[in-house]
Amino acid sequence: MKEKIRIASGQGFWGDLLDAPVRQVEGGPIDYLMLDYLAEVTMSIMQKQRARDPMMGYARDFVPLMKQILPACVERTIRVTANAGGVNVEGCANAVREVARELGLSGKFRIGLVTGDDIMPRIDELLERGIELRNMDTGEPLSSVRERIQSANVYLGAWPMVEALNRGAQIVITGRATDTGLTLAPIIHEFGWRADDWDKLAGGTIAGHIIECGAQASGGNCQYDWRNIPDLANVGFPIAEAYPDGTFFITKHEGTGGRVNVPAVKEQLLYEMGDPHSYITPDCIADFTTVHLEDAGPDRVRVFGIKGRPATDTLKVSISYSAGFKAVGTLVYSWPDAYEKAQAADRTLRARLERLGLHFDQILTEFVGANATHGPLAGEPSPDLAEVQLRVGVRGQDRKAVERFTKEIAPLILTGPPGVTGFAGGRPKVEEIVAYWPALIPKTEIAPRVEVSEA
Amino acid sequence: MRIQLTKLAHARSGDKGDTANVGLIALREDFYPLLVREVTAERVKQHFRGICKGEVERYELPNLSALNFLLHESLGGGGTLSLMTDAQGKTFSTALLRMEIDVDEDEAQTLGLKS
Repeated sequence: MKEKIRIASGQGFWGDLLDAPVRQVEGGPIDYLMLDYLAEVTMSIMQKQRARDPMMGYARDFVPLMKQILPACVERTIRVTANAGGVNVEGCANAVREVARELGLSGKFRIGLVTGDDIMPRIDELLERGIELRNMDTGEPLSSVRERIQSANVYLGAWPMVEALNRGAQIVITGRATDTGLTLAPIIHEFGWRADDWDKLAGGTIAGHIIECGAQASGGNCQYDWRNIPDLANVGFPIAEAYPDGTFFITKHEGTGGRVNVPAVKEQLLYEMGDPHSYITPDCIADFTTVHLEDAGPDRVRVFGIKGRPATDTLKVSISYSAGFKAVGTLVYSWPDAYEKAQAADRTLRARLERLGLHFDQILTEFVGANATHGPLAGEPSPDLAEVQLRVGVRGQDRKAVERFTKEIAPLILTGPPGVTGFAGGRPKVEEIVAYWPALIPKTEIAPRVEVSEA
Repeated sequence: MRIQLTKLAHARSGDKGDTANVGLIALREDFYPLLVREVTAERVKQHFRGICKGEVERYELPNLSALNFLLHESLGGGGTLSLMTDAQGKTFSTALLRMEIDVDEDEAQTLGLKS
């Protein structure tokens, strides 16, 4: 057994710094690279892409990335865990095999595929059998949006990935898998942890939570002493250095920017936190009130003391459904009386929408520069503000009404209050709203599949 | 005396659906009891009036000298439904740091908060 393993975070979300995973591979020693590509509504975008082209439906950025790093990964036996497969894990794996052929690496490594997360084809059968997939937030049964569902995927945990690694996979590609599982699976695999090693599993899970948002654990978006965080242009993404006893260090490559210290790690620990006693994943329940941190040298934090409890008997399901249309228009008003003018423009706009007989589920007006982030807490804006951006959004079920709204913004420049500019971008775009429906399903309903083959 | 939380804590916030979470972290361990005493769920609910339409829940993490607040019904429906600039609640952290709390003179002296 290895004494320790280093798992590097390469992407905090789909759209994160493109060169970050390359720098993780080239910047120093690592054993694993974990890549999280799937935000909550990403699956629905991928469903649409696959509907148009059966070869698509996965995180395409992953393929050129593999082209860049595969030679180094094969040479140094760096293994990769990535939920890049989206709704087409096989398609993604085929694209990676093609890259391997181009690079002359065919037969030099094994690819593991984890599927079984997609329950879209089973929705009716599940509902008929009384599995209601109620919305975890609102309690509504899924049948109320049945006709509008676009995707439905279960969050799979670490264990199917562990099986792929145990069977020799060097590149593990999953569909919807938990962010934390991408980090936990390599640790379980290397140290041979059991399914009921709850404290250790909770440790590996929290390691995953800390590094899953990329540089947000290593100086990015860090409030503590932000002015003095060095060289964010060259920010190093976090690395979890894990040990067999369930403890770990958070660090980053030498010579990179950013900062890993106790305050930065605390901020990330609390990010998107619910009840800290019960952080529920498919693999365990982790207790964040047991996490202990200590600075252990420059850009190095030791994490220890973590306790866990048995996993629940359900898995979370991420369902997306079509929920109408929205558009947001903006204009900028300048000194003097910028805020007052922007308010007058808003009243003018709303009167015109009213006269046109347009109805929306919601109209929201914000004044950027005055109150868009802190609302009434920002206090009354000064009449001397240099400028204020009027930002009006509408949302509704009728696409035509939302489209009509987008044509009412530009006319305000010539037909509303003076001192206005900022319409160079053209008419606002109408967006289809794909909303998120979280639900639970019994674990017994789900059978993950693992395939491992030569690349 | 009144002290703004920016002098006592740092914070990070995020979202889960229509709920914003704010993690409030004491800048020094000896500030933590002050946060526990003064920054109650009720005070936070009052602070965010007009913004948070639901309940406020508070959890204590003494191991991190931190409190975690859940502000329900705060993000205009949340996720892709929300029309807000900050649909992900990322600036609720600094919004909470605007809060001022009461610290008596002796305590402020002991904690080195008097200039």
